[in-house]
Amino acid sequence: MKNIYFDNSATTKLDEEVLKEMMPYLTEDYGNASSIYRLGRESRKAIEEAREKIAKAINCEPNEIYFTSGGSEADNTIIRGVAYQYKNKGNHIITSQIEHPAVLETCKQLEKEGFEVSYIGVDEKGRVKLEELQNAIKPETILITIMFTNNEIGTIQPIAEIGKIAKEHQIIFHTDSVQAVGTLDIDVEKMNIDSLSMSAHKFYGPKGIGALYVRKGVLFQKFMNGGHQERNRRAGTENTAAIVGMGKAIELAYEQAEDHRNKLSKLRDYYISQIQEKIPYIKINGDPENGLPGLSNISFRFIEGEGILLNLDLKGICASSGSACTSGSLDPSHVLLAIGLPHEIAHGSIRISIGKYNTKEEVDYLIEQLVEIVGRLRAMSPLYEEFVKKDIKIF
Amino acid sequence: MEPYNEKVIENYANPKNVGKIEDANGVGEVGNPVCGDIMRIYLKIQDNKIIDVKFQTFGCGAAIASSSISTEMIKGKTLEEALQITNKDVVNELGGLPPVKLHCSVLAEEAIRKAIADYYLKQGVMSKQEVMEKCKIKPEEGCQKCGV
Repeated sequence: MKNIYFDNSATTKLDEEVLKEMMPYLTEDYGNASSIYRLGRESRKAIEEAREKIAKAINCEPNEIYFTSGGSEADNTIIRGVAYQYKNKGNHIITSQIEHPAVLETCKQLEKEGFEVSYIGVDEKGRVKLEELQNAIKPETILITIMFTNNEIGTIQPIAEIGKIAKEHQIIFHTDSVQAVGTLDIDVEKMNIDSLSMSAHKFYGPKGIGALYVRKGVLFQKFMNGGHQERNRRAGTENTAAIVGMGKAIELAYEQAEDHRNKLSKLRDYYISQIQEKIPYIKINGDPENGLPGLSNISFRFIEGEGILLNLDLKGICASSGSACTSGSLDPSHVLLAIGLPHEIAHGSIRISIGKYNTKEEVDYLIEQLVEIVGRLRAMSPLYEEFVKKDIKIF
Repeated sequence: MEPYNEKVIENYANPKNVGKIEDANGVGEVGNPVCGDIMRIYLKIQDNKIIDVKFQTFGCGAAIASSSISTEMIKGKTLEEALQITNKDVVNELGGLPPVKLHCSVLAEEAIRKAIADYYLKQGVMSKQEVMEKCKIKPEEGCQKCGV
């Protein structure tokens, strides 16, 4: 069966042009970038060209970019690295309740090591409460880490405003931008961003490669010890092919970023309006007007998200859910709970993330299947039966 | 989470015995919406035998599959036979469940026992305590998963 892929926030399909660019470094140009002979120098040159492309995309200097194995490593590196570097200055970190586990779990680990962390709440649309953030700042605050856009509901955070607050207080500001890079316009200068993480496979690049931008002058203790690679900040022989792929992918992404955003928003808005028209008792989560263009998160009441996903899978459709059941944990998504959804509604949430390869025909097929599946699962749900009997009005 | 096997997939894709029995003489419900699982089993019992069974479930794939297979397992059985069925039997019949989903099979076992207890209580032959003992129902049995 053909895959109909609506999980582009989880990962994306490698662009063929990217693969083409990578191929020489997976075959004939295998030199170690640290070697002085020509084969090595070729790799070095390719890596530095990719670094320049990435720097250009977010408006920083190439020597402010460090390659990592991905977004998680980038987040771990900077959060821990800054905490350890500046621990004599202060032990307080500010983050939000809706961060990716790469940030949340790192913060929790630092709490065990004696750091203090404030987890700022969000409003019902998933936007970080700026007043709460401002009030949390104290003389010991050394780092603010707030994601650029949320991975589950897509809400774009007021990054420039947070950057301004951080700058005023001379606090280092990191933003996990894994979902934003490749789709949204980012300018680390204008937005006062001191550090930013990204991951190539979210924008049609290869998996296993990411980058960390760190503003010149911001110090951090290194995470990976070993060789002198990445200006002695991240040891390990460079993955030349992946780095080249990441450079090509980011270049392609920002060549037509606006067209890309328009296409995704149009399909996403069509999906949402059709679902609103065809399926009763739903809730649109997040803030589609101020959200990641291709992403939608909808709660289908009276049913459980995993049941929907499994049935979509039987029809060849890939999507994801905020349900506890898909993650192996028992609580529904921390993001959906943070925006105030009751457990029973959070359990029935489905994330559809549209990408550049999706078509309107695929969206139509998705809508058709969802109408059928939601109807069938509701017919077997005791909650729906009770609701219909009592005819109570919620929402 | 480890993936579901083919038998589980078959049971959530095409669940058997979905719905309700209007004139059921034993109904059992377990779970709650907070933890994301509710299972309700309807029994039609005649001459100490389960002649019809239906279920309604709010829950994940494993919950739907456990409901489907357990209702198949008790159809046509005597009440004593049905009370013998444990969650392990449900798991075995499904060819295994991922460890994080084992509680779904527990729900199925409990829903069956509660439905049979409901039948006995409605018959009014046994005292409540006798019914609870016969159906192995602990008083105040909360959700094993979330404690609610």
